[in-house]
Amino acid sequence: MSLRATRTRTAVASAGVLGLTLALAACGGGSDSDDTSANAPKTDCSQFSQYGDLKGKTVTVFTGIVTPEDKAYTDSYKPFEECTGVTIKYEGDKSFETQVLVRAKAGNAPDIAIVPQPGLLAQLVATGNAKEAPAEVAANVDKFWGKDWKAYGTVDGKFYAAPSGASIKSLVWYSPKEFKDNGYQVPKTLDELYALSDKIAASGKKPWCAGISSGEATGWPVTDWMEDMMLRLNGPETYDKWVKHEIPFNSPESAAALDEAGKILKNDKYVNGGLGDVKSIATTTFQDAGLPILDGTCSLHRQASFYAANWPKNTKVAEDGDVFAFYLPGKDTSSKPLLGGGEFNLAFADRPEVKAFQTYLSTDTWANIKVSVSQGWVSANKGLDASKLTSPVDKLAAQLLQDQNAVFRFDGSDMMPGAVGSNAFWKQSTSWITGQSTKQTVDNIEAAWPK
Amino acid sequence: MSTTSAPLTSTPPIAPGAPAATKAKRKLTSPWASLIAVVIAVLWTLPTFGLAISSLRPERQIKTTGWWTFFTDPQVTLDNYREVLDVENGEGLGSFFVNSFVITIPSVLIPLCLASLAAYAFAWIRFRGRDLLFIVIFALQIVPIQVTLIPLLTLYVDAGIAGQFWTLWLSHSTFALPLAIFLLHNFMKEIPAGLLEAARVDGAGHVQIFFKVLLPLLTPALAAFGIFQFLWVWNDLLVALTFAGGGPDTAPITVALANLSGTRGTAWHLLSAGAFVSIIVPVAIFLLLQRYFVRGLLAGGLKG
Repeated sequence: MSLRATRTRTAVASAGVLGLTLALAACGGGSDSDDTSANAPKTDCSQFSQYGDLKGKTVTVFTGIVTPEDKAYTDSYKPFEECTGVTIKYEGDKSFETQVLVRAKAGNAPDIAIVPQPGLLAQLVATGNAKEAPAEVAANVDKFWGKDWKAYGTVDGKFYAAPSGASIKSLVWYSPKEFKDNGYQVPKTLDELYALSDKIAASGKKPWCAGISSGEATGWPVTDWMEDMMLRLNGPETYDKWVKHEIPFNSPESAAALDEAGKILKNDKYVNGGLGDVKSIATTTFQDAGLPILDGTCSLHRQASFYAANWPKNTKVAEDGDVFAFYLPGKDTSSKPLLGGGEFNLAFADRPEVKAFQTYLSTDTWANIKVSVSQGWVSANKGLDASKLTSPVDKLAAQLLQDQNAVFRFDGSDMMPGAVGSNAFWKQSTSWITGQSTKQTVDNIEAAWPK
Repeated sequence: MSTTSAPLTSTPPIAPGAPAATKAKRKLTSPWASLIAVVIAVLWTLPTFGLAISSLRPERQIKTTGWWTFFTDPQVTLDNYREVLDVENGEGLGSFFVNSFVITIPSVLIPLCLASLAAYAFAWIRFRGRDLLFIVIFALQIVPIQVTLIPLLTLYVDAGIAGQFWTLWLSHSTFALPLAIFLLHNFMKEIPAGLLEAARVDGAGHVQIFFKVLLPLLTPALAAFGIFQFLWVWNDLLVALTFAGGGPDTAPITVALANLSGTRGTAWHLLSAGAFVSIIVPVAIFLLLQRYFVRGLLAGGLKG
């Protein structure tokens, strides 16, 4: 009976679909999606002569970067492929972080892995299959990146992986139009930020919106908040100690940082604009959390630069557009701590073509080709020509990354042990939002730290 | 057979004395039973139906409202399907679809051939240690495939076949064999020994008995297991992810589906369309072979 019923329903459904198809075909009108990356850069092979002739060779790249960002990567490899004759096999997989470990352990590692976390990098090096970076790469990194970046690609004093892309997390999204209409100024210090929040709150509107729901990873946006505050209140040196667990997670500095984030996130007057009360933070997905800015029910939303891709298609993301971002200010104007993330190119082979490709990826040439074919991508490479960036947010991110006064620190939860960084920290942060005290929260996370 | 080939949704107890067929028919045509069956069928199909409607709605609609708003505000587009299938600007699921077939068909045929031969040996050939060996094979079922992944991959790397279809064919066959042998062995055991003895008296050897006597009787069982295996392999993600990777040369459609929503999950509106492309084949197989499916589940092969 149920089977027969299914069959009838299928017939009805397929008839319906057929009808719709016909109707659509009649309407016609091929609305092809715009192809932004079709205009591949012109190839000038002279800058590739140092790599020699690599005809017939293949280099495999394995990464967690999938569609649509993957196209820009493969496009940026094309000049190298054309000039040296090598074939780059790009393989993107969202479960990269587990699969790359499986492959490295089984001896089936890719030639190059684009690793998004220093912690994972260390794990991969520990498998014993990773290769140290060649001298050319090290020289390029010394030339184009700051010491802090090189340190993140270094494991046990040996330099393995050159940085690739970078993203900035210390950003606050806002509506430039609202700021202009009401005469609000982009704050330059934390105190100015609170003053601005009070001012907006006084006008009867909740200034901040936030959301931390993200499936299994629910809670991670709070970890970013706390890390940002840790950097601002206690400085980068204490931050490093905190990440390495040289000071305990329930130290006074750490509790103060969480309390500082709580000044906004757990303040009923400040949150949750357009979404509800404080507890609604826990149930709102991070993707949706900033959208009330477009409706005018929320003014400020702290989220990383990649959030730019999350606005609906017709939103103008620019200094004079619908939404834009400003730098989450430091305690005073002189300090510029910058929280972010990035990827690193780790090699598992030392064949000449792999070395050559690895070197190419560490040059300013690659960084500039890459930005010319992509959107929403920047690098901390100092050779990056910021004028080539088309998107205003990318420009802002590049400016911040290249700022001489900026002190870059990697997302701490990505570097903590898995039991904390991708478990207790997330879960306890979520409990903290829904009412758990700061002390209880930091104590619980400290207790979860592997002994 | 005829009494039981009807619905699985309600199997009323048959009172002793009354002719079972009549009784069953009367019970089954009762309006209440029909109603319950319809309700279950509707509840069961509702999510799939919602998915089907979602796949036809424009991106913004999918992301802002539920599929049921379709009835008050019907907006239909094939953009999602276009984006999922388009090779130039879209995801190009088509080639992954082909990969899925290339992976699945041998992964069904290999264990079926091996398992039916092995099952015959276990059921009808006497040899030393037969029972022990059978128990060992049966016990292999309790080995979780997760613990075998890294050792197997290491073996494949050593054999120089990593990243090829062979890894998937071999893995799926290996994982399927214990259950396949066990099931087919049980089907074969149910065939009366007299049938085989008669064949033997007529001068048939093992090969002839297997092909001429047993195989025709086994068809429903083979078909049933074949469908099961087909669905498992088609829907498998873990094995494909570990051995074939995400490269477009060998990855099946499940791997492509898992990556469809984009690096940060912003393109999830494509998932419903992608899912529908992927389930076409299992649904078609099921509808075509459902007769065998039910028969194979219920019968021991005796009546074929």
